[in-house]
Amino acid sequence: MRTGSHGLILYVALYLVFLYAPVLLLPIFAFNDSSIVAFPLQGFTLRWFDLLLETEALHSAARNSIIVAVLTAIISTALGLCAARAAIRYRFAGKRTIMGMIMIPLVLPEIIVGVSLLVVILQSGLELSLWTIILGHVLICTPFCTVILSTAFANLDLSLEEASFDLGETRWSTFRLISLPLVIPGIISSVLIAFTISLDEFIIAFFLAGTEVTLPVYIWSQLRFPARLPSVMALGTLLLLVSLILLVTAEYVRRRGARRSGSEGMGGLF
Amino acid sequence: MPGLVASGRSWLRTPAARGLTLVSPPFLYAILLLAVPIAAVVAFSFWTQDYLDLDRTPTLANYKEAWTQPIYRVLMIRSLLVSGIVTACTVILAFPVAYYVSFHVAPGRKPLWIFLITIPFWTSYLMRIFLWKVILGYNGVVNGTLTQLGFIEEPLSFILYNVNAVVITLSHAWAPFAILPIFVALEKVDRSLLEAAADLGEGALHRFLRITLPLALPGVIGASVIVFIPTVGDYVTPRLVGGPDGLLIANMIELQFKKANNPPLGAALAISSMFIVGALSLLIVRLTRRHLRNLS
Repeated sequence: MRTGSHGLILYVALYLVFLYAPVLLLPIFAFNDSSIVAFPLQGFTLRWFDLLLETEALHSAARNSIIVAVLTAIISTALGLCAARAAIRYRFAGKRTIMGMIMIPLVLPEIIVGVSLLVVILQSGLELSLWTIILGHVLICTPFCTVILSTAFANLDLSLEEASFDLGETRWSTFRLISLPLVIPGIISSVLIAFTISLDEFIIAFFLAGTEVTLPVYIWSQLRFPARLPSVMALGTLLLLVSLILLVTAEYVRRRGARRSGSEGMGGLF
Repeated sequence: MPGLVASGRSWLRTPAARGLTLVSPPFLYAILLLAVPIAAVVAFSFWTQDYLDLDRTPTLANYKEAWTQPIYRVLMIRSLLVSGIVTACTVILAFPVAYYVSFHVAPGRKPLWIFLITIPFWTSYLMRIFLWKVILGYNGVVNGTLTQLGFIEEPLSFILYNVNAVVITLSHAWAPFAILPIFVALEKVDRSLLEAAADLGEGALHRFLRITLPLALPGVIGASVIVFIPTVGDYVTPRLVGGPDGLLIANMIELQFKKANNPPLGAALAISSMFIVGALSLLIVRLTRRHLRNLS
């Protein structure tokens, strides 16, 4: 090893501490037996988790979040499938502009997405509901799904499809029998990622929520009351656990799929 | 006519037509739920809110107010400054990490590293910001540790409820978005160029400055734009950790759309800030592109 690389390794280690500091502190405070979220720690308790079980408003927020996240995941994966397949397999007029339009929510500030949807929904006389949140979430999840599914389609060997045509299968049956099974890992990972994004999304949900709120909007309303903070930490820990399980599953499925179609691929977003 | 229908049908079977048909659902969704709403915001910015009614006579009054009132100008300039500092910090801090993963990690382990770097980004955004408040607070982790170690007597107060806290929190939130584009650019750097330079007697620092850095520049610029644009729109971080002097233009936009009930002014502020941010980003991209062309 060269002399410079020791410094670099130390720096990367410190950076990882910086990156993981909030994530590691969250469970610590969730189990801390004190109503103030600060050091020094006061001992171990499960009462903040018990408190979560008794809070009715939280349960309906959790139910709403799951409804929104499931529907968002399904719709945005379906839209992502269309976009990814078209982008990888076909050439057509205006492809760059069209794909750019689909991908742009990725770099747009979320407040712009939230505000502009709010304006249109209120003007058209629609009521704010869980559906309006879903509309916004699908918009920001579709680019992520498109990226993940594009990798899956790019790894697909075209000659397999051609062989299937030659053997007399139709376009649709070829897709169902050959292409779909091979991109299933990509689809699963796209569904899980979209679910995770929707579950944690606050800015858009805050603008588009009516009387029914999602978990992050509920958490936001609780952050104002210092007494509620420890149970918010407990809730955050549970959410963290759910996100972690979903992400690890998504990554595992994606990598197994990538290996099956013969390429290694890089991280969830490439 | 029959001939036209027939040729239309056969056009529908061409790959180009199939591609367009396939891409139309996500494209129409983006048009209906993004392009149309943004057009509506633009229209709103030329209207006037008259208590509960909307006066649809076109006027530039909202823009006049947005560009001349000192409060909006202060917030806008502060927002641009904060986003600029956040972008610089995030990208500079992220570069060595991207470099390490690209140049020092074994190829088989790179996906795992990228996964590790992205995990914190997927955890609840609100909780992350709130925990920075806990870390940076008066009785927080940083002050507690520094006091216990005897480095300071009084807790540091300059790290919470001000612009510094906003910069730290946002640099953390956007870290993966800076690391990934730089990593991708570094992966594309032809390693044989570096070997050739080493054979010709160039030192490590020269090799880095004259080969690696210029070739990674597109990734650095990409990372900067990806961090710069969205941070201007964040209103949660300034609200939670920014204190009274750390509020930004996005907080004002949110206020106008919600509590102040003046969507047209909010729309004018949103359009103005997007215009400035877009123009600045384009300028940066153009300048570096010209610079890169001069280099080659």
